[in-house]
Amino acid sequence: MTLDELIPFAESELEEREQYEHEIHVCVSSSCHSSNSEAIKDAIQAEIDAKGMSKTCRVKGVGCMGICAAGPMVAVDPDGVLYEQITPDHAADIVATIDKSPDERLSHPTDTPFFNRQFKIVLENAGKIDPNSIQDYIAADGYTALYKVLNEVMPKGVISRMMRSGLRGRGGAGYPAGLKWSTVAKAKGERKFVICNGDEGDPGAFMDRSIMEADPHRILEGMAIAAYAVGADQGYIYVRAEYPLAIKRLKNAIRQAKKLGFLGDNIFDTPFSFNVDIRLGAGAFVCGEETALIASVEGGRGNPRPRPPYPAAYGLWGYPTLINNAETLANVPSIMRHGAGWFSAIGTEGSKGTKVFALSGRVKNIGLIEVPMGITLREIIFDIGGGIPDGKKFKAVQTGGPSGGCIPEEYLDMPVEYESLKELGSIMGSGGMIVMDETSSMVDVAKYFMEFSMSESCGKCIPCRVGTRQMHDLLDRISKGMGTTHDLHQLEELCDMVQATSLCGLGQSAPNPVVSTLRYFRHEYLELLTDYDPDAAVAADETSEVTQ
Amino acid sequence: MSFKTFKIDDMDLSAAEDDTILQVAREHDIFIPTLCFLEGLSPVGACRLCLVEIKGSSKLVPACVTQVQEGMEVLTNSERLQKYRRMVIEMLFSEGNHICAVCVSNGHCDLQYLAQRLGVDHNELPYLHQQKPVDASHYRFAIDHNRCVLCTRCVRVCDEIEGAHTWDVMSHGIDSQVITDLMQPWGDSETCTSCGKCIQVCPTGALFKKSKAVAEMVKEHEFLPYLKTMRETK
Repeated sequence: MTLDELIPFAESELEEREQYEHEIHVCVSSSCHSSNSEAIKDAIQAEIDAKGMSKTCRVKGVGCMGICAAGPMVAVDPDGVLYEQITPDHAADIVATIDKSPDERLSHPTDTPFFNRQFKIVLENAGKIDPNSIQDYIAADGYTALYKVLNEVMPKGVISRMMRSGLRGRGGAGYPAGLKWSTVAKAKGERKFVICNGDEGDPGAFMDRSIMEADPHRILEGMAIAAYAVGADQGYIYVRAEYPLAIKRLKNAIRQAKKLGFLGDNIFDTPFSFNVDIRLGAGAFVCGEETALIASVEGGRGNPRPRPPYPAAYGLWGYPTLINNAETLANVPSIMRHGAGWFSAIGTEGSKGTKVFALSGRVKNIGLIEVPMGITLREIIFDIGGGIPDGKKFKAVQTGGPSGGCIPEEYLDMPVEYESLKELGSIMGSGGMIVMDETSSMVDVAKYFMEFSMSESCGKCIPCRVGTRQMHDLLDRISKGMGTTHDLHQLEELCDMVQATSLCGLGQSAPNPVVSTLRYFRHEYLELLTDYDPDAAVAADETSEVTQ
Repeated sequence: MSFKTFKIDDMDLSAAEDDTILQVAREHDIFIPTLCFLEGLSPVGACRLCLVEIKGSSKLVPACVTQVQEGMEVLTNSERLQKYRRMVIEMLFSEGNHICAVCVSNGHCDLQYLAQRLGVDHNELPYLHQQKPVDASHYRFAIDHNRCVLCTRCVRVCDEIEGAHTWDVMSHGIDSQVITDLMQPWGDSETCTSCGKCIQVCPTGALFKKSKAVAEMVKEHEFLPYLKTMRETK
């Protein structure tokens, strides 16, 4: 296919769209999907057919609109009306109000900070296009970036654009993506591979899932551009088997892209060939670690191995391999389309672009948001998130999942960037953000995450295998009011040792939730200790003063 | 071949560029404790006992898989490392059932030796008291999982030297366990050649020959260099 063919392809879709006066968007991503949104879609379609409106109005299943707490969501375009908590019974009400004033009982306000404070790059098509339709993606400028890159830019140019964009890995550690690309490009190997890491395993995280479900072609386009830049001819998308909808849509997208020649041999009549296959993870959290992921893709046990050698030099089957997180790759088409300067103008000095967060816990607007880097935690939680429900007081926000930490209220005005979050003892992580109110016990929070790390440890290295279990047991004792000062001391020793000596990132970061809660909420631990006596502590001070 | 000059514990040394820190240290009788490492088998860096400090870096690196670099200054025995190593040993003692007095390998055990050498005179960590099985279904050998430290030497020797790949690891985290075939009783294993290599490489009394009483399970030490020769001439 050439650009001359691609443009009419997009135009025909746009023309078709113009025939319709209205488009009704029904969210068919996981959260709404599980609330029966396919049935809603069918009910609305049936209602439109019954009213004889099928020539002027069409119904479309779309990806996540973000505000999952109010789902299932239905939007009417171009009226700009958003309906919340819809059931198939509401179909008649929704169709009846088209072109008229919206049904007040069902409508969800759209002029709130939740919508107007966000900035969408990765999620620009989510909630707008049909994830099952490649035409829809092409009409939204899809695959034009790949076309232009293949025809107009040398691989070196693509990498320099990535370097200049300042994009950093969205999987957790924030390694500069351009640097990774250039390392793989320089590595020598008979073959090279590109892997998309969609093994999102943090509790409370659903960013990659949403991206894969709402806009699967964006991932494929990003992977193809990456493959061209580093010289790879085969890609793998590693998705958890727990994401059946994402897998279904990705498979469908791969089939469509192959059919139109966007994947396969001689893409856009250039010498560049690239294929993508899906590999399913069996639900192990540790397989998000790149060396364990590679072992799993190879068909082996998902155990990490010591690095170096890094996958960039010695990866899949020993060949140089580029591994990027799904969200990182989803940024690529936009960077190529709008330029590195456009991207690097968004965000802060060290953290460019936007970040998708899965906002959950004790916050009003639970859902998926995309915000520019540098926004404060307070803006995210209180403006976009709508604050804490039931008049409760904010206590802490947990970022980075089991590898991250809890941030208390006094640091809510810190900007969200890789460095500042690290300074606070947490990490950016993949984007899980769990808000806790005054009713949460921080010791319980630490115990919960330690239990997660303990049960997800692969068991290869001793500090992680035994250390997480020992730390969990100590936290359990303390949380039940049976712990002593000695236990707390031992817990801290273990945190230090497991952090310093574990083989991979899972073990090295497993103590983070404990360390950060001890840093900001130490009194909660102390109050639970059997031998903690605040009066005795005061009395001891007084006695020492008297003797002096 | 190019060479690197560097320091280990303030001693000036030189080595080939692909030598590991552990190789060079062993050559010069510098003690770095190891448990999962065995000459002749591929290193896995799992036991974390051989972690060493590199001056100017806060990150500890495993000596068994880290290649020497020009100008590198390695510290093998700082107080911090000693403490971590003792904790690793304590973790193993708390995880399994390591009562030397009733063990076939008493006196010939790597774990016992390391505990003595590293000065582990008591265990601070609570014992986990896990109940693990003993498989004595093989006609010559047996495995007591309670004494297994999951170093995977048996897994590697079976796969890399014998080529049978009878052993592997099942489950994960604290529930990890070495298994024969797809968790069949060892005696029923169709892949096991009964070569006994796993018995010789096991650092503890987990794998042993039947009919050995307490302290009688002596490893054949000449067997280990033989493995290495096998690999090099292969």
